Amino acid sequence: MQWGSLENFLAMGGYGFYVWGSYLVCAGVIVAEVWALRHRRRLALNEVRRATPAAGRSA
Amino acid sequence: MSSATTSPGFSLFRYAAPNVFYPIAGKMVPLFAVVAAVLAAIGLYIGFFMAPTDAQQGDSYRIIYIHVPSAWMAMFLYVTMAFWAGVGLVFNTRLSSMMAQAIAPTGALMAFISLWTGALWGRPTWGTYWVWDARLTSTLILLFLYLGFIALQAAIDDQRRADKAGAVLALVGVVNVPIIYFSVKWWNTLHQGASVKPGSSSMADIMLTGMLLMVFAFWSYAIAAVLMRLRAIILERERRAQWVLDARDRGTL
Repeated sequence: MQWGSLENFLAMGGYGFYVWGSYLVCAGVIVAEVWALRHRRRLALNEVRRATPAAGRSA
Repeated sequence: MSSATTSPGFSLFRYAAPNVFYPIAGKMVPLFAVVAAVLAAIGLYIGFFMAPTDAQQGDSYRIIYIHVPSAWMAMFLYVTMAFWAGVGLVFNTRLSSMMAQAIAPTGALMAFISLWTGALWGRPTWGTYWVWDARLTSTLILLFLYLGFIALQAAIDDQRRADKAGAVLALVGVVNVPIIYFSVKWWNTLHQGASVKPGSSSMADIMLTGMLLMVFAFWSYAIAAVLMRLRAIILERERRAQWVLDARDRGTL
């Protein structure tokens, strides 16, 4: 293992702020998108639950 | 209403596409999500535990494992979005326009990630978070094109007109993608040139392996996210269609 310790790993050779600042925001954006997608699906399903067939259209 | 003037066969064809694709997309979402997670786990392991520290940039270069994949996906998704929007514009196929609408937010997030990680990489390497240079500025324009597409579609109530207006914007904006790609050649820029080219790459093999795994991880993730959004959009737009109501009553939505 090239890092030796967790501290060294987190320090990233002095670039910890930049490296982890990149990865944390990237992970946060992805988690937020997945949450938003699930929320949107729930809303859409609620709409469908209340929906009535479109008028004037035969199958 | 144009639906009153179309023949039953034609309207059946138009409704058939979302109806057929909805369950297929539902099967693909978990598949691509799992592939993305596995590839990201392997790619990050290689990137952080097997790839060595860079001789010039130290460990700051490890941002590359998310910076390049997100930047590539931002460009690729834009072209894909414009393609489907264009198909919807020309052939009036509903699923194509829905696909374009489903791609835009994920594309915008990819553009944002590439700009954010680029800023945090630029600071230690160039001494600044941001410069108005060709590569960075054209990528910022890409983000604004995505946001403009989303805002324009949201602002128009009539869905067909929203799709058409969005398609025109998306197609005009395509010109920006080659500008981004070739900006590092055409202008003097702080941003380095392409490290990865077909046949020859200036990166160490292990770094390249980790990065390409992350590219495929981002790709899989984007497919999963876009298909998930597409399914929600199908439900939003077709919630009164008979097949949706039938599937609802069967409990298979």
